[in-house]
Amino acid sequence: MSHLIIAPVLIPLLTAILLLLGTGRPLRVQRSISFLSIIAQLGVATALLLSAAEGSITVYALGNWAPPFGIVLVLDRLSALMVFVTVVLAFFCLWYAVRGNDKPADSLHSVLHFLLMGVNGAFLTGDLFNLFVFFEVLLISSYTLLLHGGGAARIKSGLHYVLLNLVGSSLFLIAAALLYGLTGTLNMADMAEKVAQTTPAEAPLMNAAALLLLVVFGLKAAMVPLYFWLPRAYASASAPVAAMFCIMTKIGVYSIIRMYTLVFGDTAGTVANLAEPWLWPLSLITLGFGVAGALAARELRLQVAYLVIVSVGTMLAGVALNTEQALSATMYYLIHSTWVCGALFLLADLIVRQRGATSDRIITGPALRQPVKLGALFFIAAAAVIGMPPLSGFVGKVMLMQAATTDERTFWLWFMLLAAGFVTITALSRSGSTIFWRTENRVAKAEKADRGALLAVITMLALSLALSFGGNPVVQYTDALAQQLKNPSVYTEAVLNHKAIPGVHHE
Amino acid sequence: MEILVAVVIAVLTSCGVYLLLRGRTFPIILGLTLLTYAVNIFIFVSGRLNPGKSTIIGVGEGYTDPLPQALVLTAIVISFAMTAFVMVLALRARAELGNDHVDGRIKVEDVKS
Repeated sequence: MSHLIIAPVLIPLLTAILLLLGTGRPLRVQRSISFLSIIAQLGVATALLLSAAEGSITVYALGNWAPPFGIVLVLDRLSALMVFVTVVLAFFCLWYAVRGNDKPADSLHSVLHFLLMGVNGAFLTGDLFNLFVFFEVLLISSYTLLLHGGGAARIKSGLHYVLLNLVGSSLFLIAAALLYGLTGTLNMADMAEKVAQTTPAEAPLMNAAALLLLVVFGLKAAMVPLYFWLPRAYASASAPVAAMFCIMTKIGVYSIIRMYTLVFGDTAGTVANLAEPWLWPLSLITLGFGVAGALAARELRLQVAYLVIVSVGTMLAGVALNTEQALSATMYYLIHSTWVCGALFLLADLIVRQRGATSDRIITGPALRQPVKLGALFFIAAAAVIGMPPLSGFVGKVMLMQAATTDERTFWLWFMLLAAGFVTITALSRSGSTIFWRTENRVAKAEKADRGALLAVITMLALSLALSFGGNPVVQYTDALAQQLKNPSVYTEAVLNHKAIPGVHHE
Repeated sequence: MEILVAVVIAVLTSCGVYLLLRGRTFPIILGLTLLTYAVNIFIFVSGRLNPGKSTIIGVGEGYTDPLPQALVLTAIVISFAMTAFVMVLALRARAELGNDHVDGRIKVEDVKS
């Protein structure tokens, strides 16, 4: 059996430890170690993606304890794609960071790799309690990253973020303990089989546990009414960190998809699809609040942070539709929004640096040093995030709208998505025209943008174009992914039929 | 036994939630601590209460589920680390923002309470 599955957890762990031990070494050494590691991870993630694309589900039993007793890592199409999206995003964040954006604290690289370890682990694990542990690993790293660089604004928003997530962790534990008490297992595949046999007497407790999990994942995903911590926190984080955080909301979305298709999905008997009636209205309200925030935001980075919430609302609506087509569209949109929002955060940082004291407030300020270059990039990024053809946001939204042609929910989804697109155009054209056109007659004293950092942003935006023009294999992959999600028995059988390797004995 | 444990969890949770809803960082940290105690006991009882039983099969009559005990250990370690972190963060916020309100500002009604 291949040990490659555990590499996305081990490589960042070892890199992070190495970087911690090398604290105080020249920044050049740290940057090279960090960058080499992410390239290695990119290779591993690509290999995993290609192996998952063949359709088989690979199970890796840690310590050779066969499921359902040991902890398993499971590689299916969903987890492989999520790891790939994460590592690609991290690659660009690190690229941006090593171009002189990782000062002042030199522990950024180390903590970023700890974060990657947690995120990759959360995507790969097939065990509910292990998911909690990986959540904590990525959360403690994210707390540190959020405060990276210090300052009153970061401390204030960081405090909110930390406290809310600590309460969230407690709720996660209550839900996990409830599910263990009811089913006697923590292995997700085994739990899926046990949950399917829920008796009507157990159903209320099972409902409570499942919906408690929805609260926890909703907090991670920034779903209404649990999103208030997000905009300020993201807007005050340093640029590579804010861009990296674009994956954090997706972890919540991933967990919702995993738990509510596998364990509480169509096959869950008396508790089947119990999150759906909650997810549907909440996703549309999230979408609405997100665009309202983007329209009202007075700072550029705050506006981008609200666009993250818009994307969360869109994805959750796709999850709530709960059809194969809608899930496929959701996954496509997830890839697009993670990369494009990441690019927007990096671009916003480049813009803000050239505005002098005006910083990221959307008011008339001095003209930029490179208005044409940055303006063109901002235009492309905005078009992608709004969902204008020919960029990937358009494809994602069209796929999602086509998926909703069955019942009365179609109207609401079309209305909300199209209205959100229109309002986002208004919001972004306001900030774009104020920043690039309505300027004073002087140019801010600022250095030109670093070529390397600029290239990172350009490449990320090129990915959006690639997703749209070379979208056929991507859509084929997400279609197959959704098919796998809607047939959870394939997953449960693969996990539960996994046998320990003979010849390796436990004393 | 069951009722006693249930009451303990309930009291700890309600005190924890009450303190969590305060506006100052110190009561919030105390509330979080109480909440994690409640959660830890809750995880422990998810393996059912079997007083006097060992966690090993074949030693004496019956056995008690060892897994929740392992889980609770993990949960305790994580919650200790998180409490330590949030404590340092709260001190840092007190130093940077000049007061210990979670929103970083003091209103008159807050001072009175």
